[in-house]
Amino acid sequence: MNGGHDLGGKQGLGPIDPEPETQEPVFHEEWERRVFALTLATGMLGHWNIDQSRHARERQHPADYLHHSYYENWLVGVEKLLTESGLLDKDAHSHGLRIPDPPAAGKIMSSGGPTAMDADKPPAFRVGDSVRLEKIHIQTHTRAPSYAQGSTGKVVTHHGCHVFPDRNAQGNHVGEHLYSVRFRAEELWGCDAEKFDVLIDLWEPYLQALDET
Amino acid sequence: MPHDHSLDHDQDHTDLPSDLELRVKALESLLLEKGLVNPDTLNTIIDTYENRVGPRNGVHVVAKAWTDPKFKAALMNDATAAVASLGYTGRQGEHLNVVENTAQVHNLVVCTLCSCYPWTVLGLPPVWYKSAPYRSRAVSEPRAVLREFGTELDAGVCVRVWDSTSEMRYLVLPLRPQGTEHWSEQQLQRLVSRNSMIGVEPARSPEAVENTSS
Repeated sequence: MNGGHDLGGKQGLGPIDPEPETQEPVFHEEWERRVFALTLATGMLGHWNIDQSRHARERQHPADYLHHSYYENWLVGVEKLLTESGLLDKDAHSHGLRIPDPPAAGKIMSSGGPTAMDADKPPAFRVGDSVRLEKIHIQTHTRAPSYAQGSTGKVVTHHGCHVFPDRNAQGNHVGEHLYSVRFRAEELWGCDAEKFDVLIDLWEPYLQALDET
Repeated sequence: MPHDHSLDHDQDHTDLPSDLELRVKALESLLLEKGLVNPDTLNTIIDTYENRVGPRNGVHVVAKAWTDPKFKAALMNDATAAVASLGYTGRQGEHLNVVENTAQVHNLVVCTLCSCYPWTVLGLPPVWYKSAPYRSRAVSEPRAVLREFGTELDAGVCVRVWDSTSEMRYLVLPLRPQGTEHWSEQQLQRLVSRNSMIGVEPARSPEAVENTSS
């Protein structure tokens, strides 16, 4: 879906106004700490994956998404996940859940969750191939940013096979080949754009081969 | 959004908690009551990302890459493994890629769709990195964005913007400042800022560090 989160190239959002690096705390308010910890801790219960978590934050009216602060969007997301998954309906014991204690949580945090998978087919593209990012106007979760849809670029890296977010957000853990694709600024924004390249990580189902000319 | 947090703090003593604070408290109470979270685990998570995992990990990686050619080669070949060899592993760092700035190429990292960021080497992202202005503009007018950080690149430098749309996480290896040929890894660490590893600023100059430490 191309909701309020799909921000690449949007205009009118103002200056960046960064807080000086040496003065910025990790969290600005106590409630932000709590939302962050609650999101990670409940995520460790395994009732949803990272793409479902991202999609929960995206599924808001774009005006709300943009109006909220960052951790407010996290709060919206975790409230939605807890309700929709049914986790809140019962206590941990009735769910038969083992709740991670600090050492178990530490282990989860330091090992992470790699997304690389074994490929069940060879990659369709090679480094140097010209590809077009297809139009992907779906209501469900995708990681194909709208600003580059329909544009043509060149494959610069093949990263192997990785969990495909569009399916993972619907609970289907399947892998697809992943590539970094380089787009010229003029292809994305027209001839008057500054000269630069944008590199976007894109999965094979998003891409269409172009005949070499 | 300019915001004076010291004012908020002063008001905390007299004002009632905001709706947002109450909503978070209610959620936490409910989860604790149902036994779905362990209160000590919540504190461990906060302590990990507030005090243990942060940009100093990335500073270590960069200064080592500047002084140890074998480590740099390993880093460019397989950043995840090279960074793990220094003891930095975990969430949002499972698939690391290092992109190197040179005299000809300047790299900049963004996540236009959310806030993807290499936690294992940089910790949690700053507010501006997660903000709508940065996420919208980094891919459409990067030189204008860089100027807002005081960074002016020569016209001939090729700018590469990395939009972190997958679980690949990007760390910029900044250009080693001139005049540091005889500096040790320890000394060089003082020149590596978090912002230089995102790509919005160059590494600090030797003069800048000497001025602040004197």
